[in-house]
Amino acid sequence: MSSREQILAAIKRNQPEQQELPVLDSFRHTEAGDPAAFRKVVETLGGQVYEITSYTEIQPLVAEHYTDVTRVVSIRPEYFPGAITGWQEGDGRQLEQVDLAIIPGQLGVAENGAIWITEQEIEVRVLPFITQHLAIVLPRTEILPTMHDAYARIWSPSAGFGVFIAGPSKTADIEQSLVLGAHGAKSLTVFLIG
Amino acid sequence: MNEHQHKEHSLLAADFNRNEPRVNWHDETLWWVRQKRDRMAWTLPEWEALREAASCIKHNVLGNLHDYLVEFERNAQQNGAVVHWAANAEEHNRIVLQLLREQGVKRMVKSKSMLTEECHLNPFLAENGIEVIDTDLGERIVQLAKEPPSHIVLPCIHKKKEEIGELFHEHLGTPAGNADPQFLTAAARQHLRKEFIQSRVAITGVNFAVAETGEMVVCTNEGNADMGAHLADVHIACMGIEKIIPKRHHLGVFLRLLARSATGQPITTYSSHFRKPKAGQQLHIVLVDNGRSRQLDRDDFRNSLKCIRCGACMNTCPVYRRSGGHSYHNAIAGPIGAILAPNLDMKEYADLPFASTLCGSCSNVCPVKIDIHQQLYKWRQVIVQEGHSKPAKAASMHAMNMVLSRPGLYKAAGGAGRWVMRAMPAVVNNKLNPWYKQREMPEAPKQSFADWYKKNRSK
Repeated sequence: MSSREQILAAIKRNQPEQQELPVLDSFRHTEAGDPAAFRKVVETLGGQVYEITSYTEIQPLVAEHYTDVTRVVSIRPEYFPGAITGWQEGDGRQLEQVDLAIIPGQLGVAENGAIWITEQEIEVRVLPFITQHLAIVLPRTEILPTMHDAYARIWSPSAGFGVFIAGPSKTADIEQSLVLGAHGAKSLTVFLIG
Repeated sequence: MNEHQHKEHSLLAADFNRNEPRVNWHDETLWWVRQKRDRMAWTLPEWEALREAASCIKHNVLGNLHDYLVEFERNAQQNGAVVHWAANAEEHNRIVLQLLREQGVKRMVKSKSMLTEECHLNPFLAENGIEVIDTDLGERIVQLAKEPPSHIVLPCIHKKKEEIGELFHEHLGTPAGNADPQFLTAAARQHLRKEFIQSRVAITGVNFAVAETGEMVVCTNEGNADMGAHLADVHIACMGIEKIIPKRHHLGVFLRLLARSATGQPITTYSSHFRKPKAGQQLHIVLVDNGRSRQLDRDDFRNSLKCIRCGACMNTCPVYRRSGGHSYHNAIAGPIGAILAPNLDMKEYADLPFASTLCGSCSNVCPVKIDIHQQLYKWRQVIVQEGHSKPAKAASMHAMNMVLSRPGLYKAAGGAGRWVMRAMPAVVNNKLNPWYKQREMPEAPKQSFADWYKKNRSK
């Protein structure tokens, strides 16, 4: 008998009586998420939020707030005219020297500042992690109250990879001192548009 | 195993307690994490309903584990993953080694996986000439120190920054005497970026595996699982069979609970959903039993399989905070480790269910409502019945049983005991009496309560 059959047989023999799954509807919200609450959480996590009405505001804000950014990848040309082209070619290692990646987010979660991103938009999976700094462009109208509301929207996967990103990469492994910039992006900027 | 390979918990805890300021620091640091957890929990009015929902979902999983695993396997295969089954730690390690040999790699990166700690994968691969680079900062630190993690979420919580500075000076060439967390983290970032870039294989753990979609969710704050997995040609995900959840939307419940319970954050920085391998990549999933199907059969203990590895029970435990993770001599320390370990080897871990005050704080903070302290109590019964308690303890319990069940003998023994304690206190006030450790023995009264009652009732 293979290990697979052996394990499955043991489980079938030993598993307890089945219990119904709980109904989770009471955790859902009908109203939209609060952009002010979302902003507050992102800032608590060490990110920054700029409310903009047009993509043209992004480039001046980047120039104003980043001193060490020369190589910029922009998923849409309108976010950052003149960004690097041809960055998609390769196994991901070609992005090692990227200073800033500007990517679209599908939806944000007001309770925890998480933003849902999938492979469909970012094309190269490692992009939001390997870049030194990350900026996410998120429509104000796409903020939902909680994770339950988020999963109600993305209940069926559309991409091979998806990720919730909440704030910049961080660690507190050394004596519980919070340090931003562990292995992923050292900073996170959210451009809330609309 | 005939001989224990290590000292038991109480002796290891005594070693840890030699340095009192350090124990106090350890205790306070973990209590601070517990307080952060409380503040986060209290911001959600539905917190208790969430815990109940999580516990119910996990209960449903335990009752349907067979079907969910088959469903997960089918969907994962449709997504392009290769699914492996390992009955025990040895088989898990052999499967991983085989995959690494096929790739011809001698060095690879791994993000945090308590399962691979449980299976002792790193030493096994080292014996076979393959070096594993742990990429979680805390895990890398303990790896450089040649120690196991002392906490499942905070692997080097027992280390002071000066010691970490020393380790980095020795291994990464940072300036001697620099113990600034910001500086040391930046040094580790540079060092590990090189490893990520060079590594062709990445191993990750799994926080949740969704039967409905065949995807796996991995949660990190550092981004190390993603840096490894997305740059590698081969991604190997190792998971215990109990990590399955039925549907994608159930993640809403668990991701709300996990980081709040673990570190008092609203969610981890990254909650990555791996469904299909990236173009040209191999994705291997190793499903590991290693005693879990056996635990599933134990009515009193199967709920331990609900655990989502948040570590809240450790942060709150008065014994863990003052004895340190290494005193549990098991991959998973603290209260949850003490109820999981006896299932792996009852004799080897017979001491762990006794490393508790049974105060119940662990059960109160557990996000999936495992009755941890009750299981600790029940394991004690099983361990004694199976003959794994220490001979001295068994003998004294036997003697006590004999005395307490015979009133005449009890009266005589009480009288003798009081006389001995008054006349020859050195007989009990010595190191051979475990009750004398850190305690003053009471002054013995001249008469027993029974005598006092007889005398005073007549008045």
